[in-house]
Amino acid sequence: MTLTAILIVSAALFGIGLFGALSQKSFVMLMMGLEMMLNGTLLAAVGFWAYTLEGAPSGQLLAILIMAVMAVELAIGFALVVAVYRKRQADVIEALGTLKQ
Amino acid sequence: MTDLAFYTLSALAIWSGWRVFRVDSMIRATFALMVSFIAVGGIALLMSAEFIGVATVFMMAVEMMVMALFMVMFMMNPAGLNPMRMVHQYGLSIGAGFAAFVGLTVAVLTTNLPNNPLPAGRDTLRDLGIELLGQSMLIFETAGVTLLATMVGAVVLSSRGGRFGDTNEGAVPPGLHPGGAPAGRKVETGGGHGGHGGHGAHAGHDMIMEDADVKDVDTHQSHDEAETDEPAAANDEHAGHTHHTATSDPTSDKIAPGDPHKTHGTEH
Repeated sequence: MTLTAILIVSAALFGIGLFGALSQKSFVMLMMGLEMMLNGTLLAAVGFWAYTLEGAPSGQLLAILIMAVMAVELAIGFALVVAVYRKRQADVIEALGTLKQ
Repeated sequence: MTDLAFYTLSALAIWSGWRVFRVDSMIRATFALMVSFIAVGGIALLMSAEFIGVATVFMMAVEMMVMALFMVMFMMNPAGLNPMRMVHQYGLSIGAGFAAFVGLTVAVLTTNLPNNPLPAGRDTLRDLGIELLGQSMLIFETAGVTLLATMVGAVVLSSRGGRFGDTNEGAVPPGLHPGGAPAGRKVETGGGHGGHGGHGAHAGHDMIMEDADVKDVDTHQSHDEAETDEPAAANDEHAGHTHHTATSDPTSDKIAPGDPHKTHGTEH
């Protein structure tokens, strides 16, 4: 288990997430792509903390911030999905051509 | 042993992450994402980041349950009984994802990464606790306030008008002149709620909707034109957002025959 291996795994997770976020039509699947990208970022942050910082705790703080970002993204994303669905009955991205109807 | 666990967990994380976007059922996709997150949490545990690993596992277990719930609520084909392929710009996406992976991998392999590993026997959990409530307390608290703002924002975005009116009730600005319509952008009114209240005795605990508010303002405006001797102080009360005082005003019952208060007032 080396830092290089960890970073390659996190790069793979990030690439899969980017693919999902770009390719999926449904809002919820798009958010899963974003979560997957954050998953890779979290792994990279923990890897850097464990292998380059001599255990300085601020590295773990970065990982905690990434988890907070995940929670914020999920909550606001679902609230937006609910609001958009209520307003326009839309659940795929193609149904939203404009920001304001 | 650690290496074996690491490679197993990495393979599990990547494979389940890939399955997220390939399975037919959205519920299965959600659980695949959860498996991927749990594998990453396990890798964090291997790197002796106990707090991060365990917190990831707990958080993702809950988060994916919420996600599965939303899948069932909003999305078609939650069970995966027939093939689902809801994708667009597929080739571009594969190219972008692959390019990101290759680019990051090349960057990792060509960079001379520093090597200052974690000293053996360091109490990382204690370090993190001291850091969170010491040096980095401001960052930690900022994250907390951000989460609070997120909660408020999520509630505002997803709630409809409830018992106490729409979510922007109370944020309607006062009129430009006494008795005038609210300043600023015109509020869209759905109509159909009608006016509640009208008797002074009921006005304290009535349910008041946004569109009722707008109607009231119009009504007061009309009878303000009819009766010029209305005191200016009462006009101010009508124009303001203190809606209860406006409905409790007895003059709004007597004047303006088309007043919705008059018709609904006896229901209470």
